[in-house]
Amino acid sequence: MAKFYRKTSQKITESIIESSLFLSALFSVFITLSIVGILAYESFGFFKEVSFREFLTERQWTPLFADPKFGIMPLIAGTLLTTAIALVVALPLGLITAIYLSEYAPHRVREVLKPVLELLAAVPTVVYGYFALLFLTPILQKFIPDLSGFNALSPGIIMGIMIIPYISSVSEDAMMAVPMQIREGSYATGATKFQTAFKVIIPSAFSGIAAAFIIGISRAIGETMVVAIAAGGQPNLTANPLEPVQTLTAYIVAVSLGDVPHGTIEYKTIFAAGITLFFMTLGFNILGFWLRKRIREAY
Amino acid sequence: MKDLKKRIALNKYRNNVFAIVGLLSTLVGFFLLTALMIDLFRDGADRLSYKFLTSFPSRFPEEAGILSAWVGSFLLLLVTACAAIPIGVAAGIYLEEYAKKNWLTDIIEINIVNLAGVPSIVYGLLALGMFVQVLKLGESVLTGGLTLALLILPMVIMATREAVRAIPTVIREASYATGATKWQTVRWHIVPYSTGGILTGVIIGLSRAIGETAPIITVGALTFIAFLPTSPISSEFPFISFKWLMDPFTVMPIQMFSWVSRPQQAFQLNAAAAGIVLMVMTLLMNGIAIYIRYQYRKKIKW
Repeated sequence: MAKFYRKTSQKITESIIESSLFLSALFSVFITLSIVGILAYESFGFFKEVSFREFLTERQWTPLFADPKFGIMPLIAGTLLTTAIALVVALPLGLITAIYLSEYAPHRVREVLKPVLELLAAVPTVVYGYFALLFLTPILQKFIPDLSGFNALSPGIIMGIMIIPYISSVSEDAMMAVPMQIREGSYATGATKFQTAFKVIIPSAFSGIAAAFIIGISRAIGETMVVAIAAGGQPNLTANPLEPVQTLTAYIVAVSLGDVPHGTIEYKTIFAAGITLFFMTLGFNILGFWLRKRIREAY
Repeated sequence: MKDLKKRIALNKYRNNVFAIVGLLSTLVGFFLLTALMIDLFRDGADRLSYKFLTSFPSRFPEEAGILSAWVGSFLLLLVTACAAIPIGVAAGIYLEEYAKKNWLTDIIEINIVNLAGVPSIVYGLLALGMFVQVLKLGESVLTGGLTLALLILPMVIMATREAVRAIPTVIREASYATGATKWQTVRWHIVPYSTGGILTGVIIGLSRAIGETAPIITVGALTFIAFLPTSPISSEFPFISFKWLMDPFTVMPIQMFSWVSRPQQAFQLNAAAAGIVLMVMTLLMNGIAIYIRYQYRKKIKW
């Protein structure tokens, strides 16, 4: 009778392989811990020299001046302004696109249009930045003479176009998850696709659409190159999209391009900006993840 | 009765209008993208030439080229691929085949989803603090490559998981039924069948990496590199050198960014030309990935 056990050497090999694979998977946790660790460590150094109060309430961000001011609000304002403009563009377009693709489009049309949308997300962001600065801004200046060469409107619009694919694909997933019976019930009462989409499907898919919204916000907050190229390099506490602004991300790029020795206060400012950025996107990412889980559980 | 007919007609009208509005808004992005391509092409096509592709950047826009940039991009992608593929595929296989349903697995999964959403510049800061300062790797090709590897790691892991998940359970069960161990099943059955999907995911990840600017700027790629990293082929024994890993470098998106930021219009034309090259490479890689996915789906029918 053959013996039904494995050779010890084989067991050892299996176990080593499983451990190596496990360590690769655990590596991702290590990456997150490193991100938090490095940001926290350098920010800690920053906050030893700059008070929390000044960071949050001061209205100017001028770390390189003789009398430096370290208020983060101008950078946050720049980030939020460009993000808001991007969402004003992306949310309606993304949602309408999603409704069209899930409720109206014939199968073949869908098969063609979906890759086109994915293409929008594949274009390198520097190219979008080029477009915002050299194509869109001059065109907008014809309609809005007051528009300065660097402004928040142009990159905001481009960012909006960039994140349409994210919003539309998550919304579409959410809408597709609504069972056919609910749609058919609505059609049976004589409702048109339009009425069904807006009065039945969207309310049912609401948490998925909210998740799409949140993912869009997170993506726009973290966008760097479009705003670095087209929005300008002056931190500016304003709500006016026609003026130049600087976002958290663009600030980090601007400092990195210059000659910043390790350990100086300027070096630490990029980590302070970085940790602010990280927590903003983390909060939105967690919210989005939780909402997306809810779509799957709802049915 | 008439009132009802009116209502129905109005609803039908709204429905039809919306169908058109829907189609148009889906195409808005496409139209803008086409406008972008045409604009880029119009500005940059003149500057594209063999000379452009084989010259270094220069203070004179007419003489400037992207040689150091595309060589840098290529070397960087090489490092990125070598780092991201093994770790990503291993992690993906672990999560799909070996992981038990416990809290640790949940933490790992949440982590990967979270890392996918972290802005790319934060990866740059991580690399600056970790690779440049703590590990003292300097502002080198190695640092840049590792940074991008971290950036695309979540993508590779997710692509691997999708590819492995697509394999029907019967294959696994048939393998175990012959007495194979878990690793044997993975090595001889799971990996071959999922290679297509993994490759697609990896190429799409690399096409994203080639266009990344922010993290590379943060780790210190310079914008005026008028030399190439040391050649990997050296004239003395052992004929292959790794010194290029530690050399300073630049990449194509950074070159484009640098030129776009200059006020002279001539440099902006250069930026357009660099943009064309970058777009062509990105589209080519995406196209290859989609082709591989298509071929793979055709061949393997469960």
